This record gives sequence, structure tokens and C-alpha cells, in this order.
Amino acid sequence: MVLKTLAKSVREYKRPSVLTPVFMTLEVALECFIPLVMARLLDSLYGDNMRPVIKFGVILLAMAMVSLVCGTAAGRLAARASCGFAHNLRHDLFYKVQNFSFGNIDKFSASGLVTRLTTDVTNVQNAYMMVIRMAVRFPLMLITALVMSFTINVKMACIFLAILPVLGISMTLIILKAHPIFVRVIKQYDTLNESVHENIKGMRVVKTYVREDFERNKFNNNAESIRRDFTRAERILATSNPVMWFCIFSVMLLICALGAKFTVETFGGFDGDTPVWGKLSTGDMASLFAYAGQILSSMMMLAMVLVQVVMASASAKRIAEVLNEQSDIVSPENAVAEVSDGSVDFCGVNFKYAASAEKNALENIELHIKSGETIGILGGTGSGKTSLVQMIPRLYDAQNGVVRVGGKDVRDYDLQALRDNVAMVLQKNLLFSGTIAENLRWGNPDATPEQLRHAARLACADEFVSSFPDGYETFIEQGGTNVSGGQKQRLTIARALLKKPKILILDDSTSAVDTRTDALIRKAFRDEIPDTTKIIIAQRTASVQECDRIVVMDNGRIDAVGTHEELLASNAIYREVYDSQNKTDENVQEGETHESR
Amino acid sequence: MKADKKKEKQRVMGRLLTYLFSHYKWQIFLIILFVLVPSAANVASSMFLQTVIDSYITPALKSGALDWRALLRALGAMGGFYAVAILCVLGHTQLMAVVAHKFLKQIRVDMFNKMQSLPVKYFDRNTHGDIMSTYTNDVDAIMQLAMGCIPQILCSVIMLVFFLAVMLRYSVWLTLIVLGGSALMIVATRFVSSVSSRNFIRQQKAIAKTEGYVEEMMNGQKVVKVFCHESAAEKGFDAINDELFDCADKANGFANILGPIVGNIGNLLYVVLAFAGGAMMLGGVKNVGLTGMGTLTVGVVVSFLTMSRGFSNNVMQLAQTVNAVVLSRAGASRVFALLDEKPETDEGYVTLVYAKEDENGNLTESSERTERWAWRHPHNALGTVTYTELKGHILLDDVDFAYEEGKTVLHNVTVEAKPGQRIAFVGSTGAGKTTITNLINRFYDIADGKIRYDGININKIKKNDLRRSLGMVLQDTNLFTGTVRENIRYGRLDATDEEVEAAAKLAGAHDFVTRLPEGYDTLLTSDGANLSQGQRQLLSIARAAVANTPVMIMDEATSSIDTRTEAIVQAGCDRLMRGRTVFIIAHRLSTVRTADVIMVLEHGRIIESGNHAQLLEKKGKYYQLYTGAFELD
Repeated sequence: MVLKTLAKSVREYKRPSVLTPVFMTLEVALECFIPLVMARLLDSLYGDNMRPVIKFGVILLAMAMVSLVCGTAAGRLAARASCGFAHNLRHDLFYKVQNFSFGNIDKFSASGLVTRLTTDVTNVQNAYMMVIRMAVRFPLMLITALVMSFTINVKMACIFLAILPVLGISMTLIILKAHPIFVRVIKQYDTLNESVHENIKGMRVVKTYVREDFERNKFNNNAESIRRDFTRAERILATSNPVMWFCIFSVMLLICALGAKFTVETFGGFDGDTPVWGKLSTGDMASLFAYAGQILSSMMMLAMVLVQVVMASASAKRIAEVLNEQSDIVSPENAVAEVSDGSVDFCGVNFKYAASAEKNALENIELHIKSGETIGILGGTGSGKTSLVQMIPRLYDAQNGVVRVGGKDVRDYDLQALRDNVAMVLQKNLLFSGTIAENLRWGNPDATPEQLRHAARLACADEFVSSFPDGYETFIEQGGTNVSGGQKQRLTIARALLKKPKILILDDSTSAVDTRTDALIRKAFRDEIPDTTKIIIAQRTASVQECDRIVVMDNGRIDAVGTHEELLASNAIYREVYDSQNKTDENVQEGETHESR
Repeated sequence: MKADKKKEKQRVMGRLLTYLFSHYKWQIFLIILFVLVPSAANVASSMFLQTVIDSYITPALKSGALDWRALLRALGAMGGFYAVAILCVLGHTQLMAVVAHKFLKQIRVDMFNKMQSLPVKYFDRNTHGDIMSTYTNDVDAIMQLAMGCIPQILCSVIMLVFFLAVMLRYSVWLTLIVLGGSALMIVATRFVSSVSSRNFIRQQKAIAKTEGYVEEMMNGQKVVKVFCHESAAEKGFDAINDELFDCADKANGFANILGPIVGNIGNLLYVVLAFAGGAMMLGGVKNVGLTGMGTLTVGVVVSFLTMSRGFSNNVMQLAQTVNAVVLSRAGASRVFALLDEKPETDEGYVTLVYAKEDENGNLTESSERTERWAWRHPHNALGTVTYTELKGHILLDDVDFAYEEGKTVLHNVTVEAKPGQRIAFVGSTGAGKTTITNLINRFYDIADGKIRYDGININKIKKNDLRRSLGMVLQDTNLFTGTVRENIRYGRLDATDEEVEAAAKLAGAHDFVTRLPEGYDTLLTSDGANLSQGQRQLLSIARAAVANTPVMIMDEATSSIDTRTEAIVQAGCDRLMRGRTVFIIAHRLSTVRTADVIMVLEHGRIIESGNHAQLLEKKGKYYQLYTGAFELD
């Protein structure tokens, strides 16, 4: 299942993947024949003329050339195949994730996806190269050497058959014992690195509380426990070496003893000076010696390939998980491509994030927003504000009920068309590394500098952007760390405005903006984009009090809907929030009470 | 330039080896010894066969009967040698596993210890990702070398020396040919591996770049979706992915062909030797061997050829390790760069001690924990010690500061905080608010002016003692993996459970902590990802509360939390600030309003100062800020 999923990513690298073992086979074949020719060359030296020496020398040279070509080709192709496979895997993973819905993304964490795209793919790449190169090479060498030794003498070759299970079983035992420790240690190792990262991030805290020595101790203990476990695993694995040598040496002693017996017992006497060999010659014994080395080292390498494949299988499984994940939100066939207006209707909507969740994040929502209306949404943490607005661009699907945009079910729209018309400024507003202009163009890739400026002006961002020495070409660091929170929020609003949406949603997007600018932005919305439906989530009552209607959310339900005055008069939650933010201070006159955060 | 570079490379490798050898002298000695024995056994076994044939089988062929007793005796002797060899293999592989991981731990611990002593500046200059990759990729590269290559290199070098000796014994002329062939192998190796290792190093960078891009996009995936930016993200990824493929393909491709190339040069060498040997025999050229002069016999040539194969096989084995060596050298040079960083300097000699009054009412040192602290000020010239009570009076007098020389970011800053006062800094991003607080705890050192703490120049105070007297609540909360209790106790390690809970109550964190599944023993991971932003702030306040320092620096959080949580956080801060000297980087007007002194900063200068009422009256910048015309950020 896992293999089948991953195999789909081989694609154009099928040819090198198949050719590698082919060339590898040829190389192995030559590698087996070259010693035979070498032996002939040695024999020919006993004569007293150079002709046979030259003959076998030239043959050997030719074989070496072919072996060089095959070996080089196999190596080159193996690299191409495995790197290409990894390239395709990364490509497929990344593209797959781009197709994920919010629900899918929540399931895999961002850091989990990063690991899959980097470490896991690298593991699979290395294992893949190992398999296409070595998984052919070593069994082949093992088999040829075995076959050769059987042609020399069946009884002697049985020595190998006797020793192979010994080696095989002990290798299996060693791997079985070491593998779980390795798996555990690798996890521990990740934790160690995680703790280093934590230390670097919290360096100011460490220094403030003078906890350098405490941190050193903590790290030393962790590093020590990893060392202990790593050493244990490595020591178990290292026992394979003496086992291997034990097998080689036993085989050699057996060949000497049994070989001597066979040779002498079956010896046919001398024909003049030339010995007439029986079932075994002394030369055969030398060959068996050579094959012994080849057989046992192939076994050993095969075991190592196996270890690497087993190690990579966990990575492969994790990659397959992502590739097999079905995106749960896709555009339907015959999708509607046109959003007629900015009206939004929630009809009896129930929603929860996971099917297993006990509580609904949204319960029985009934809300009808007219096109061009400005709606404020207010409520505490976890009251369902964000969940509510995320239904509109279909970032999640409702379990029950229908969400309609422009009079049509959101599930009938082409996703791109729907989201192009519903601009949403997320609570966790992010800018990406690149210039300010590049970031703004996320809203509209073809926007002219004039349009950028206009959108920025509406979002009250033009002024500060122009004050930067590089203006719109100012480079934003990863995560937008070189602009302040308020500036970041204004840029993300400008980015959304560039889409010229029919519906604009601000999810607590002006929390770090001062009250005056906040008011200016809202005024710009009123004057410049009157036909756009605006939905504003806020913590401050001041940000929503001029909205046409304000929705008060509580515990996943709509608690009340009304204008500022109506809610102040009738809604307890709204009044409480309003009062807490508008405590009058004896030092300040009523008119100057502008709270700002 | 090039020679310098080469020298530098050799220096790094030499230092790495010294690092290894100096710590584990006798282990390494034993390992070398243990490697020798099996190598010898390996060589001996090929000769042993010859002995068996010559001394036992050939005579038996003539006599018709095998002398089993003699043969078994020889086999037994060889078996004994093998047994010793196997024990040596066991010994060196086990030792190697132990030493390699001790060595790696040593490197890690040395790096970490060093890192703790580095100034904050270092962490500004280097990204977290870069520092992390030293711990992961670079140490991994060294691990590859220690675990895989060093034993291989040791083994091969020993075998090479052995084969060389035997070959010289047989024939000097033929050995010269072998050396010529080896030179060819080395040239080929250098050429191929220079391409591959260059690309391996490129690949490391490409991987880092991929990681950076993927991380940014995965974290921003929701923004990508909302803006239908998927195809642009894919395009960006494709470019990076293609580059990674390109260097990975080249690096691995060239690394893979090294084996066949060197191996077949070995085959070529074999043929050349056979020709040369044959020609020399026919031509009757005098052979020169270490054992003396003589004619070249077939036996010598045949034995020589076998030896030459062993020799070139070992050269090939060495060639295979070149890439790992280059990569580990690159890694090691970064590790050493970290180890060579200059630690934070500290010339302070004034220390912080617990204080009590002696019978005469004078302040003296107490060996037990008391509620009072004093600065212990030794006067070297007089040989006396004076004690100054820690009150929390801080004065910045005409301070200038620059992160980089020539780029002054603070100009003529003068601030006085009397014990128990609250000083608030307001101003826009980049005005220098955080910078000022970083000078008080000496994260950075001032360029000009003076900072006095209870009348003592802070340069005279030991940094650790200075920092112990200053509590801090930072905007980024930075919790550590561990229980809630351990995180609060971070403020004072010897705090009892009761004190930890009292601190949590003061901060207003007790309520939510008791509602967590395991209460104070709930495990927090990855910076308290399982808590809300507000809850993390409460814990960081509790952490400062348990430290109970007379001076506190607070950097208010700007992130959005709901009204109710904010009120709790606010109340916690208020309780924490009571009775202390506090510097606040303020983002909330409610905090600013109650401050004793408000400093308004712009472009690194204090442009207004005074209390709330005074500043409002001025109708200056503060008035504008307060009436909402500017952001408090």
C-alpha cells in the first residue's frame, strides 16, 4: 500500500531505475569473471613467451573498460533515479498540501509537514538508491559465488551452505535487537535538538534568571542519556563484525582441513611431473578461499541494506499518509464561477472541527447578511467568531445546514471563484519574505503600482510604507519581523483589498492599530467600497459600534443581533465588554477616553 | 589565498583529530592495536593456504597419506590466532562504538556550554536556524566520520603499509609501477570527489533553503488558501526543488562513479604489472627487492600481482571515504567557529549577597536566605569590604548606545528610577524602548555615559549578580519543556511548592493551572503550545514573581487576547509591580497612566518626560498618542 503510493512518484525516472540494476548486473558479472581471467593471466606467465600474456592482458583490459562503463553508468543512473524520485516526492507532497483544506492542514501540523518534505524524503531517497544499486548487486554476487563454488566441488560448497544460516540468523537477531533501540534513540535525538532550539529561543530568559548552569546541567543529562542509549544500540550492531569474522575464519579453516582431505583422497597420482587431480585441486582450494570472502561479505552488506530499508520504512509510511490524504473540500463539477453579489446566508448551520469532537463549534446559526451591509462580530475567546466567518469562503464545511453566498450554496462554487470574491484577513496575519509590493500582489498579481498605493491608502498603510527608504520595495523578513504589529495588520488588510472582493472579512485585524487609524480605515471602507459586504470581528466595541448590525457570539451560538444602541440597552454580554473598555478615569474628561492597546 | 585556505582546511582536520585523540588517548591506542591484529590475520590466512598446500598436501600427494596430526596442529595454531583476531575485532568495534559516542557527546556538551556563555549579540547576529543546523547537520557529519570513516581509514592505511612492505620485499621495480598506478587513482579521486563534495556542500545549503521555504509556506498555508495563492507557492517551490535536485544528482552521481573508476584503474594496473613482469622475466632484467638482488621468477611475479590487488583494493576503500571527510570538515569548521566565539566578558567584582543587620545595626552578609539583599563591594586597594543595601535605585546618565559602531541608536538618554517607582517607556517601533531595558541588565554594553545601580556603576557589578537582581517579563513568553511547576520555579530554583503556588496566585495563574488535567504537574511542550497566549503570559508573570526581585523589567504583550483574560493579566502585572522599581515598555494606556514617570521616545531620544497629567498638559507627542492619533507599539 505504502509502496504503491510512493511508486507513483517515480514517473520519468522509471528508465534509470530499471537500467541501474541492469548495468549493475553486467558489472557484477564482469567482476566475477575478471578474477578468472586474472588467474589465466597468472598461469600464462609460467610459459616462456609473451603471446598468451598479451592475449589475456588485452582481454582483461577490454573487460575492465566494459566494467568501467557499466559501473559508471550504474552509479550515474542510480543517482539520477533516486534524486529524481526524491524530487518528484517533494513535488507531489508540496502540491498535495496545496490542495489540502483547512481541516486537512489541522490534521498534520506545519512542523510535521516540514519533516515529511525534508528528512523523510531524504531517508527514502537514500534507501531507494541503496535498493536499486545494492539489492541487485549483493544477491547476485552471493549467487554467482555460490554457483561457482558448487561447480568446483559440491561437498566443499556445502561448507558455505552450513555457515550461511549461522550468519543469517545471528544478523537477524542483532538487527531485531538493535532496531527498536535505534528508533527510540532517534526520537530522543529529536527531543534533544528541540531542547537546544528552545534554549536558543529563550536565551534572554536564561540570561535574565542566570540559569546558564542550570541549562548546562539539563543539556548534559540529556546528552548523556542519549549517549548511553546510542552506545548500547551501536554496540549491539557492532557485534555483527566479530560474528562475520568468526564465520570467515571458520570457513577458511574448514576449507583447509576438508580440502586437504579431499585433494589427497581423490588424487590420481602423477602423469610424469604433471599431477592428475581428483575431485579437488590445490588451485580449486584457492578459488574457494576467494569465494568465501565474497559470499560472506555479500551477506553482510545485504543485512546492512535491510537495516537501512527498515529504517526508511517509517519515513515512507509518513509520506504515504500525506499522499493518500483526500482533500475534503474540492470544487464540484459544473461549478458556479460567478458570485452575483455579497449577500451571505447561514441557514441552520451546525459545525464541529473534528467528527469526534463532543461539542459543536457552531450551533444552529441562522444569520442573513445583505449585500453591502457592514456587520460587526463580538464575543469572547472560543465563542465561535472565527469559526463562523471561516464558513463563508468555505474553509470548512458545515455538518448541517447551508451557507449561501450571493444566494447560492458555497459548495456549488468553484473554490477559486468563491475565494477570489471573499477576502479574508486572518487573525494570525502573516507576511512572507519578499518585498512589500510582492506581499501586496498576493491579492492581485497584476496590480499596478497605482493600485498598490490605492489599496495601501485605504488601509492607512501608504504613509508608513512611503516613509521607509525603499518604500514598496522594502524587504519583509520571514514572519514579518521587521514591521510592527500594527503595520503588519494594515499591510494584510491592503493585501485583501487588492482582490476587490464582494465580501471582506476582518478577523480581529486591527487589534494592534491605534483607535484613530482604526476609525480612518473603517471610514475608508464606508466611503470607498460601499458595495462590499464587510464583516468585522473585533475585541473592542469601538471597532464595531458604527456597524449596521452587531452579532454577539457566545459559546458557538448567536446571543444577540442588533445595533450598538440596541445591544447596549438589551444585551448583558455586550454591555459588560463595553463597560470594561470604557471605565472613566477621574483624570480624564469623558471625550478623551480613547482606549488603545 | 588558496594556500591559506588549504592550510585552514588542514588546521580544522588536525584540530578535530586532536580533539578526538586528546580525550581518548588509551582507547584510541587500543583500537589501533586491535585493528592491527585482524588485518594481520587476514593477510596470514592467504599465506596459510599456501603453507597448507606446500607443507602438508604436496608431500601427502607424493607419499599418498596425509599427516593428519601435523595438519591439525597447524590448523589449531591458526585457529588460535583467528580466535585472538576475533577477540580483537570484538574489542575494537565495541571500543569504537563507546568512544565515538563519548566524543559526540563531548562535542555537543562543549558547544552547548560555550553557547550559554555567549553574549546576546551572538543570537542577534545568527539566525536560530543557522545555530540549530550546527547542532544537527554539522554534528551528524562529524558522527559519520567518527563512526564510519575513521575505522575504515585506520584499517586501510595499516593494510596499505603492510602491502607496500611486502611488495617492496618482492620487487622494487614493480612496486614503483604500483605507486605510479596509485598516483593515477589519487588524481582521479581528487578530481571526482572535488566535484561531488562541492555539490554535497551545495546540497546542504539547498536543503536548508528548501526547509526555510517549506516552513514559511506550511505555517502560512491558511493565508495561501485564502488568497488562492497555491499555484504561485507551487511555482516558488519548484524552483527550489529543481535546484536541490540538480546538486543532489551531481553530488551522488559523482560519488557513485568513484568506485568503478578507481577499481578499474586497479584492474589496469594489474594488467600493466603482468606485462611488465613478463617482459622483465623474458628480458632477464635484474630484480631488486628488499631481500636482495636476483632474477625475477614466475613465483615472485604471481605473488606480487596478488599483493598489488590487495593494495589497490585498499586505495579504493580510502577513496570512498573522501566525501565524508570533506563534509565532516565543513561541519567541523562550523562547530569550531562556535567554540571559538568570544564569550561574554565580565570584569565585575561587586556581588549580590543576602544581608542582615548585626548587633550594632550595621549591614553584613548572611549565609542564609533573608528578605534583604546587599551589594558586597570589596576594595582591593584598602583590603576592605563595604555593603550597600539593594534598594533598586537606577540611574541612566547621559547614555549613548550603538548596536554597530557608528550607528548610534540611543542618544543622551537620562532616566532616573527611584526605589519603588514605575517608569514607562512609550514610542513607536524602533524608537529604542527595548534597547534601554537591554542596557540595564547588560545584554549590551553602553557606548558612552553611565548606568548606576544603588550608586554603583553597573560595570563593576558581576553580570550574573546584576541579572539576579532584575526580574523580567518579556513579550515573547518562552516557556520550556517541563511541568508548569518547573516552569514557574525557573525564576528561583530553590522555591518550595508552596512558594511556587503563592507566586502563581499572585500572578493570577493559579485558577487556570488547577483546571489543567494534571494541575501544576501538567507537562508543557513546544513553548506551551497547549496553552493560550494569555495563559502563557500569566505563567511568565508567575515565574518573575517567584524570583521576587526588587527591580522588574516588563515588556507588555501586544498580541490579541480577549477582554476577560486581558483583565486577569493586567491584574497579575499590577500585583507583581507593587513595591518594586519597574521599567515598563508600555502598549496599554491604562498601564502608562499609572506610571510615576513616562518617557516618550522618538528615534532614540527622550523627547518628553513627566507624569500623565503633566504630559497631557504639554499637549505634545504624548497628548497625540493618548488621544489615539498614534500607535503605542
